[in-house]
Amino acid sequence: MFTRFLTTAVLLCVATGAFATPQIQHWHAPSGARVYFVEDHGLPMLDVAVSFPAGSGFDVAGKVGVSSLTFGMLDLGAQGLSEDDISRKLADIGAQMGGQFDPDRAGLTMRTLSSAAERNAALDIMGSCLQQPLFPETILTREKARLIASLKEEETRPESIADKAFGKAVFGAHPYGWHMEVADVEKIQRDELESFYHDHYSARHAVVALMGDVTRAQAEAIAQQLTANLPAGGASAQIAPVLIRIKPSEQRIPHPATQSHILIGTPGIARNDEDYFPLYVGNYILGGGGFVSRLMNEVREKRGMAYSVYSYFMPMQQPGAFQIGLQTKKEQADESLRLVRETLRTFIDKGVTEKELRAAKQNITGGFPLRIDSNRKILDYLSVIGFYELPLTYLDDFTDKVNKVTTKQIHDAFKRRIDPDALATVIVGAPVEANPQPTTGRAEMAPSEEKAGAAK
Amino acid sequence: MRIQLIVIALLLQISSVAHADAIYEKTLGNGLKVIVKEDHRAPVVVQQVWYHVGSMDERTGTTGVAHVLEHMMFKGTKDVPVGQFSKIIAAAGGRENAFTSYDYTAYFQQLHKSRLPLAMRLESDRMHNLQMAKKEFDKEIKVVMEERRWRTDDDPHALMNEKLMATAFPEHPYHNPVIGWMVDIQNMTAADALNWYKTWYAPNDATLVIAGDVKADDVFALAQRYYGGIPAVKLPFRKAVGESKQLGIQRIVVKAPAELPYLIMAYHAPTLRDAGKDWKPYALEMLAGVLDGNSSARLNKALVRDQQVAIDVDAGYDSVARGPGLFVLEGTPSEGKTVGDVERALREQMALLVRDGVNADELKRVKAQVMAAEVYKRDSVFYQAMQIGQMESDGLSYKDIPVMLQKLQAVTAQQVQDVAREIFNDDQLTVATLDPQPLSGRPQHIPAGAAHVH
Repeated sequence: MFTRFLTTAVLLCVATGAFATPQIQHWHAPSGARVYFVEDHGLPMLDVAVSFPAGSGFDVAGKVGVSSLTFGMLDLGAQGLSEDDISRKLADIGAQMGGQFDPDRAGLTMRTLSSAAERNAALDIMGSCLQQPLFPETILTREKARLIASLKEEETRPESIADKAFGKAVFGAHPYGWHMEVADVEKIQRDELESFYHDHYSARHAVVALMGDVTRAQAEAIAQQLTANLPAGGASAQIAPVLIRIKPSEQRIPHPATQSHILIGTPGIARNDEDYFPLYVGNYILGGGGFVSRLMNEVREKRGMAYSVYSYFMPMQQPGAFQIGLQTKKEQADESLRLVRETLRTFIDKGVTEKELRAAKQNITGGFPLRIDSNRKILDYLSVIGFYELPLTYLDDFTDKVNKVTTKQIHDAFKRRIDPDALATVIVGAPVEANPQPTTGRAEMAPSEEKAGAAK
Repeated sequence: MRIQLIVIALLLQISSVAHADAIYEKTLGNGLKVIVKEDHRAPVVVQQVWYHVGSMDERTGTTGVAHVLEHMMFKGTKDVPVGQFSKIIAAAGGRENAFTSYDYTAYFQQLHKSRLPLAMRLESDRMHNLQMAKKEFDKEIKVVMEERRWRTDDDPHALMNEKLMATAFPEHPYHNPVIGWMVDIQNMTAADALNWYKTWYAPNDATLVIAGDVKADDVFALAQRYYGGIPAVKLPFRKAVGESKQLGIQRIVVKAPAELPYLIMAYHAPTLRDAGKDWKPYALEMLAGVLDGNSSARLNKALVRDQQVAIDVDAGYDSVARGPGLFVLEGTPSEGKTVGDVERALREQMALLVRDGVNADELKRVKAQVMAAEVYKRDSVFYQAMQIGQMESDGLSYKDIPVMLQKLQAVTAQQVQDVAREIFNDDQLTVATLDPQPLSGRPQHIPAGAAHVH
């Protein structure tokens, strides 16, 4: 799906028109958890998300994958509940428990009917999974085997190979660039999951988001119920710094696919970066704005060279990637690559026009109501606002911040942040060359091993 | 472009509610059916135009033309030159896209409710004023080839599905992939696309669905203003197409670069024709839920959790389609297991079900999920519009949505067992297996890198 490439990057970017934003209520539960709640009785349902600073960025050297398996095992057995009990009891009441896992965050989500019987049953199960997971040994063995099989499969897929090489080239030894390997998973032990859980799933760092058909008093009770018996924790909620400047690299990895998968990028920005708005609006013009972006126009609309081409910033606790991606038939991979690089260079050298900026602002601010038109979307914002401790007025302020961005700020921010001569490039399914270039990895390793593990 | 050759029907296992906001309809003089679903939760609106024509209406040699035209619909009219459609919608803060399936082709925009007239002006304009510049066609056809490479040619499971459909349906046009065979895309001309447009794109071959914070009467007036003047077209007579009875099991092997083998078992199955009278499609929906409705449902419980013969497994069936249906079981063998092992384990589960039927708890569980999903559905205006459009395009009616819900709730354990006994029949089965091939030219091992620096 075309939009697949945009959703992650635009998730946080909102702008208000003349439209009421949700009234966010915020408090600390007695457990210490931060709670964010929007009361809405429009539909007889409730959405809840509980998240922790326990994503893959909190893995430590030598134990890659522990964070992911800890998360993955949360709903596979809890005190008094077998894995089958959990899935059957939830199905019996039509509740849907899901999860969320990225380099920063890990947690569970719940969607349930708000009628008392269903809601209570659903939240009891969610509470058990969060607070009394058992990480059963036999299930761990099974899950490791499943994971290993899918990792082996991924190693054959061009997009996975590209992601992996790109992560390494951009983030070096920083955990943001790590990908689980079969050997990592093989050695993971149950006590490591226990220990990761006890260190990272604490009430102190928990963020509870609630959206829907409950009262404030009920929301308070639910937040406490879901976090009162979490472990004491102990690990830092901070991820080691990412080294921003990288040396240019280009990796050409053979693959029998008909297309080359190309990724280009560098470390980008953190969630709280002051250049966030100029870069976000600027990137809309470069490659975030779908069919009206410059990259799409040059590569697809003018030349028919790709089905999808995009760019985004992934703002994380530490700077996540700035990434450009496309797929194109092998024979024209080099030509496409030149075109993309040239488009980026022109963008950085010359900046954007007033007309482009106006169009970008119109879309971002005019489209604001679409970003908060469902309970699900509002829940996601509550979670992000809570997790990254953004102002409660984040949604209200967004339009203003977008509208204040100038062409000069965009030009200036991109010039300072993206050096077109210092980008990592990965081409999987690269065209065969007469004299193949040796693979160059990331010339300059980012934080040392010690630093990378410092989060622990 | 744009979204995909969808099988949205997967989402559609469920139907609509009796107590939801009302749905209104009106048919304009030129035959355009307008359906309005009011939903006042947020100040947004979605416009969807559903043309009742999809890849199943194509002919040999021009497969993929329905999808190619979908791409070309963004390439300009006299009043709205190439590139402008997307720019205007973007400047209005809107999102837009389109998708093509076997059964239909649909276009949509989501915007602030105040921008509905703009969206209608643009959408109605390209219903009858599309230009087909060769220069634009020549570029866009390359995009479609890239799309096919990305979506199908380089994706082993997608390739398998394509071959499976071609085998399960030797006669019915579901034989051909929605995106078309590569050779047909390569030989496609602007004239083919234009001919398709002139033949099928007309108000009397479409349903307009508007959902969101609007009033039905206002929408009808707007629809009359923007779409009312477009002339109806005499549509070609659609001959009935079908599929003769399969006369024995069919097996195919697909070789493609991959690590893990894969198995798909597809049984011919009926689809809904009369929502009030049919019962088998509902029983089949329940059957799919009993087999795979939650992670402790029969298949995952037996094959993945207990026997550990597969690392994943899936059962799927869509009751809503213009053409015939398939009840599909699929799975990936665990390390050391084969597709044969997975097939045996799946057959064991089917035999159990046919012999002993389903128990009351299982059925009740699936029904509870259906009912809850009815409520959750209302959180998405877009999805509600999708459901209406798909029903209307597949020869049913949005009025059948609550009927379907009632009928699903009324399915008995005996019906599930009966329908399982009927459709799990080897003579009606096509089995596809993926035979993984090594990636020649693949380096010994991708430099593992950062993760191993430590």
